Amino acid sequence: MQKSKVGLDFTKVEHARSVARNIAGQVQDFVGGYTTVAVERTLCRLLGIDDIDENGVPLPNVVVDEIKSKGQLGQGVMFFIGNAIAETGKSPQEIAEAISAGTLDITRLPIHPMSEIQSCLNPYINKTIDRIRANRLRREHYIETIGEGSKPYLYIIVATGNIYEDVVQAQAGARQGADIIAVIRTTGQSLLDYVPYGATTEGFGGTFATQENFRIMRKALDEVGEEVGRYIRLCNYCSGLCMPEIAAMGALEGLDVMLNDALYGILFRDINMQRTLIDQYISRIINGFAGVIINTGEDNYLTTADAYEEAHTVLASDLINEQLALLAGLPEEQQGLGHAFEMDPMLENGFLYELAQAQMIREIFPKAPLKYMPPTKFMTGNIFRGHIQDALFNIIGQWTHQGLQLLGMPTEAIHTPFMSDRYLSIENAKYIFNNMKDIGEEVEFKEGGIIRSRAKEVLDKATALLEQMESEGLFTALEKGIFANVKRPKNGGKGLDGVSAKAENYFNPFVELMKGKK
Amino acid sequence: MSEGLYSMEAKDYDKTLDLTKIKPYGDTMNDGKVQLSFTLPVPAGAEAEEAAKQLLKKMGFENPLVVFQKELTEGFCFMNCYGSLTHTVDYTNIHVPKVESTTMEMKECDEYIREHIGRPIVCVGASTGTDAHTVGIDAIMNMKGYAGHYGLERYDMIEAYNLGSQVPNDEFIAKAVELHADALLVSQTVTQKDVHIQNLTELVEMLEAEGLRDKIILVCGGPRVSHELAKELGYDAGFGANTYADDVASYVAQEMVKRGVK
Repeated sequence: MQKSKVGLDFTKVEHARSVARNIAGQVQDFVGGYTTVAVERTLCRLLGIDDIDENGVPLPNVVVDEIKSKGQLGQGVMFFIGNAIAETGKSPQEIAEAISAGTLDITRLPIHPMSEIQSCLNPYINKTIDRIRANRLRREHYIETIGEGSKPYLYIIVATGNIYEDVVQAQAGARQGADIIAVIRTTGQSLLDYVPYGATTEGFGGTFATQENFRIMRKALDEVGEEVGRYIRLCNYCSGLCMPEIAAMGALEGLDVMLNDALYGILFRDINMQRTLIDQYISRIINGFAGVIINTGEDNYLTTADAYEEAHTVLASDLINEQLALLAGLPEEQQGLGHAFEMDPMLENGFLYELAQAQMIREIFPKAPLKYMPPTKFMTGNIFRGHIQDALFNIIGQWTHQGLQLLGMPTEAIHTPFMSDRYLSIENAKYIFNNMKDIGEEVEFKEGGIIRSRAKEVLDKATALLEQMESEGLFTALEKGIFANVKRPKNGGKGLDGVSAKAENYFNPFVELMKGKK
Repeated sequence: MSEGLYSMEAKDYDKTLDLTKIKPYGDTMNDGKVQLSFTLPVPAGAEAEEAAKQLLKKMGFENPLVVFQKELTEGFCFMNCYGSLTHTVDYTNIHVPKVESTTMEMKECDEYIREHIGRPIVCVGASTGTDAHTVGIDAIMNMKGYAGHYGLERYDMIEAYNLGSQVPNDEFIAKAVELHADALLVSQTVTQKDVHIQNLTELVEMLEAEGLRDKIILVCGGPRVSHELAKELGYDAGFGANTYADDVASYVAQEMVKRGVK
């Protein structure tokens, strides 16, 4: 039995985990029967369909919209495209172009036998599987040869809106010591029901996630990684209405880390819960197969709800997210479960509560590369105090062995980071990580003290919450506003009209090929 | 780099405070001391230092001093600098438009509304347009509030509706009509490339087109919003950094009384 520094009772932890497993299982029972426009577009992309039409509409959208408009979404694109290959001998890309040109109606072709349809798809499927696997091997080879930073990985964001400017900022960050570069998406992209195309140079508060932008940044990070002798990971966001599509694009272009959390989209982007949980399942299968570390968004709960009072909701959500990820075959080693240092800095002994929380989460998810988020809510524009708040956050990150340390910036709440802000933050973290390297191994917490009591209290409250959710289900819990004090109706929000029950010809061979595989 | 630190040079400037000619204060009246940090797109070195000093002089600083430099990446040099500012401003001649209301505590404000308006005020708030940040509108509206100032939801005499983030302006207006809003509160956090200006302006134009503008109190807020900017864009008031729910509630209540709304 694992020994706990905060006095956790691991039988209680296992109980909480089993309750979360039941909750996730209920969700999965629902998810398995449905597909969505985003899932179908993802399959188009995995069959090699790319590019845009003369109006700038991505061809995966053209194909899926066509099938949907014929009321056939539930049969799925694999069936129709496989049948079209069998009938016409064209490639999926050529079929998409013909649909776009209006010269082919794939829902009205003579139906070939299912075995023929499936075997027609195999070359395209295998090509994609090989490409994603090659990307994974390439990453592993890099890590074996040039190495990587030690954990906690230093995670910084770039957000200029212009991918080429992002490259300059990202390479500078890597030279200063960053291990992970996240390219923040432009405001509002999560609500687009398509993925923009090509290299982009305009964005608000971030840069569009496009496959070409992924390629540009991957290349830039490989260059700088070789220069500094450290593999530099690339992070983007597969959340929102194009969740699985972006997962597929990331897998095809060798991304390493993806924000990937349906709960976040439901609560903070008002995306329909049915839609995004279906999308999430497929996206996590892809991320799992591609060796991508996912990040979950529990930290965001604490930007609206109080971090001290609602700490247990973070743990409860982490436990559910862990089970949902496992159901999609995404292993613990790729689960960057989220939490944050967001308590009011004026709270007496706030540091001790933060430490208790971080150590508790660490011990409950021992294999997960936890994503630890910096203070944002109580960053005021006083950059000098902000730098100290970030220092306390860094101390806990090192002390409790967090996986991904999302560096706070002294200028949080003022502007997207300057090059110098990143430098100051990286310097702050490196100083503390080195200067306090083994503090976690040296210090134990007092029996009956503040830290142990707090950890116990949070675990107990999280368990009680999970038990309540087990009886009513995740959907109802979300309707009641259990997380972040935000209430979302099951049939409300964006994207519900893109959901369809699977019909008799539906099949998706990628699930079998990717789920839980390498 | 220590010439300023232990300077024995006579400080031959007038050390009395003159509000018609104020300048920054370090540790001696009128020393004009300012700290700056910035990055120049050149390599670190003596030339970078000299470039920084010349820029400081152009900004109006005497005795420019570069105390730290560090090349962040090839060709970008970060510097911390000090200087004594030569410019002054006349503080006695400054007029800043401010929200003209007295801030009352929550209970006092509830009492004021009960007495002068006699019914709960309906406030509808949202972070509008593409802005995904709820932190501002939550700080003002959520029950708990922010930094010890309770949010509007906790007020007995305010019916508060927080619509959340990324609310399109047309939906926002439709909701306001449906709820018979007395006041609309718009939060804007993202200000990159002035996206907030376009969005705030659009809302005013839409309200005017629908003939609703003068029927409601229109308030905006956010870290980069000032009352002056708000007025310029056609809002009744703007609430920037360091303002809280009680500032907003007090203003709305007093403005309604001023307008004779019952």
